[in-house]
Amino acid sequence: MIAESGHYALVLALGLALIQSTVPLLGAYWRDPALMNVARSTALAQLAFVGASFALLVTLHVTSDFSVVNVFENSHSLKPLIYKITGVWGNHEGSMLLWVSILALFGGLVAAFGGNLPLSLRARVLAVQAWIAAAFYLFILTTSNPFLRIANPPVEGRDLNPVLQDIGLAVHPPMLYLGYVGFSISFSFAIAALIEGRIDAAWARWVRPWTLMAWIFLTLGIAMGSYWAYYELGWGGWWFWDPVENASLMPWLAGTALLHSALVMEKRDALKVWTILLSILTFSLSLLGTFLVRSGVLTSVHAFATDPTRGVFILLILCVFIGGSLALFAGRASALKQGGLFAPISREGALVLNNLFLTTACATVFIGTLYPLALEVLTGDKISVGAPFFNLTFAPLFVPLMAAVPFGPMLAWKRGDLLGAAQRLLAAGVAALLAIAIVWAWARGGSALAPLAIGLAVFVIAGALSDFVERTGLFRMPLSKAARRARGLPRSAWGTAFAHAGLGVALIGIVCETTWNSEYIATMKPDDVARVAGYELQLQGLTQVQGPNYREQVATFMVKLDGRQIAVMTPSKRTFTTRGMSTTEAALLTRGASQLYISLGDTTDGGGITARIYHKPLVLLIWFGPVLMAFGGLLSLSDRRLRVGAPKPAKELRGLQAAE
Amino acid sequence: MTRKQRRLTMIGGSLAVLGLAAGLVLYALRSSIVFFSTPSMAAEQHIAPGKRFRLGGLVQPGSLKCGDKTVTFEVADGAATLPVSFSGSLPDLFREGQGVVAEGALDSSGTFRADTVLAKHDETYMPKDVADALKKQGHWKDDYGKQPAMMAAGAPCEGRRVRQ
Repeated sequence: MIAESGHYALVLALGLALIQSTVPLLGAYWRDPALMNVARSTALAQLAFVGASFALLVTLHVTSDFSVVNVFENSHSLKPLIYKITGVWGNHEGSMLLWVSILALFGGLVAAFGGNLPLSLRARVLAVQAWIAAAFYLFILTTSNPFLRIANPPVEGRDLNPVLQDIGLAVHPPMLYLGYVGFSISFSFAIAALIEGRIDAAWARWVRPWTLMAWIFLTLGIAMGSYWAYYELGWGGWWFWDPVENASLMPWLAGTALLHSALVMEKRDALKVWTILLSILTFSLSLLGTFLVRSGVLTSVHAFATDPTRGVFILLILCVFIGGSLALFAGRASALKQGGLFAPISREGALVLNNLFLTTACATVFIGTLYPLALEVLTGDKISVGAPFFNLTFAPLFVPLMAAVPFGPMLAWKRGDLLGAAQRLLAAGVAALLAIAIVWAWARGGSALAPLAIGLAVFVIAGALSDFVERTGLFRMPLSKAARRARGLPRSAWGTAFAHAGLGVALIGIVCETTWNSEYIATMKPDDVARVAGYELQLQGLTQVQGPNYREQVATFMVKLDGRQIAVMTPSKRTFTTRGMSTTEAALLTRGASQLYISLGDTTDGGGITARIYHKPLVLLIWFGPVLMAFGGLLSLSDRRLRVGAPKPAKELRGLQAAE
Repeated sequence: MTRKQRRLTMIGGSLAVLGLAAGLVLYALRSSIVFFSTPSMAAEQHIAPGKRFRLGGLVQPGSLKCGDKTVTFEVADGAATLPVSFSGSLPDLFREGQGVVAEGALDSSGTFRADTVLAKHDETYMPKDVADALKKQGHWKDDYGKQPAMMAAGAPCEGRRVRQ
């Protein structure tokens, strides 16, 4: 019964989405408030039904009902409860249901908290949301129904892919989807504005918090996925330029650009057409990411599905939404009035530069990801575009961008003073030069690139700090006064400083990890000692442990620093009996921001075991940076909310609306 | 500055960045792209020593030899075999008789010197490129895609992994 109810709830949600996608549009066309208000109630009801459907699927997984195909294929009665729940989205059908549930959640949020939106805009936004939702409900119901039953229910399930039985994966996909799908809101707003043929600064003020929220989740989701790959795949690598990773990086780059261009639009009423285009592109890239991962055109740990009908269906969704929205854009964009003159050297100019570099970087990632697919379709040649391509194209575009980051907030709107900004950044520049000199001396020559990159990172961080010092008047004024000014500083200014500093922090981590990472690989027998980066690691012994649904071989290492024991590390290798697969569970020892990393290889005939031991200096900064960025975004969001609650132009608009 | 001048500056700047990016992409595409090949394709095409490519096929059963620092094995596609030497640690899923993708170049003696052996298989344990190539050459057997539970017992030998 549970499976049938879930299926039925999903069909009802589709029905509601179809109503929501048409009736409010007609209402907006006829200016009928009653019809427009249908959007609100259907969006909330749709959320309730799809939420129920998702909850029922979770119930099926938790109760191990193997009469349902989806549960049978991805679950096992011995699997720990947490992985029974996360297993719901560890497979194609369940993850699509999660996708569409999050879409409904965002639609519901707009319906519930969009009270201050002009009625016609809200109706159109929710209608566009419903188009997307209806397409994905159809996709799930026709090609990937998670509630299908098996005629002869088996006693035991096939278990979830062991690589996916991990806490990182409990959090990574929902985060990523909150980001991907969150951009659907800015997309719907853009389409609604195009249909309406009107767009103003108030529009940007409504869109910005949604974009920011999606961006925060996407940032955290990508960082989480990267950390998961780092400790779970056992290679110690944190970014592989794998197409699936690129699929999440592209919306992030476009979304970051959107965040900045919406700022220009909100404050200065400029870059309107560009912001609309970016909103469309960002969500299109999110859809493309879903297509790449879900259609099976790529093969990697993430690609669960290899059913062509699904691929064609998603491709169709992709064509209709991207093609349709771009056609609408082409037809309507010229009607949007451009406004807000500014000189090239100005805050707007800096943000345009930011957009230029971010979108170009996004385009290179796009080419590197899709070129092999296109070539294979056209000529049949199989090629692989790997890390060297991206390092060659992406890095040179990011260097000037990062060098420009500290200048942006220092420039005034409309017409900036580059020389003045440079003077105020003098301290940051000196700090960067000092950092280069110190790192150079410490590394005793070696690659010149690493100290320069560290210098750049220090410049970005110090630049963010000096902006803050400049605004609060720290060092120029008495401390109490500076503190008062710091409190009075808008939260968004704090947010900018944190987010920009996070970029620099992440760069330091990336450079240190790739340049000064040391590794030791050998076959070790009990009592053998490995020496890595000043640490002594002694293998104490190997033991066999039985886990809930796997057997585990655990190696115990005693870690000594300067002859003193500091920790015991226990890397292991798990063999999952159901699937006959083994996974490597790396052991991590965190020392400050650096980590010791041990992953086990195979046992040898002589009773030894291969161990890969890495020392990764400052590696945690790679993920601490994005966390700082997300925190900055959160600060900025808390600032926006206050203003979004009562945007002044909105009140006037609403007044107009009521008069209509 | 007039509107026209401003626009020209913006367009000029954008074109400069786009040009830079296009140059970088073209350069990178020429220098860092590798083609995929199976042993028989490699034999037909007479790939020159030193040219990097990806070799895909099945690990010939019984061919795996574990030296002190390097591992050697043979990759077969049903029609031809190619000896491979690799000085690194083999991925978890590496097994004799199963699909493998290795990246590297031929040396003068005709041995494929791999610097990477790919670990990223999908859950059917068969790299997509290998499956496609085998299907094309008519050497595909349906059970290749099945769960290799029975094969997972014997672990491959250990080795050293070298960073790229």
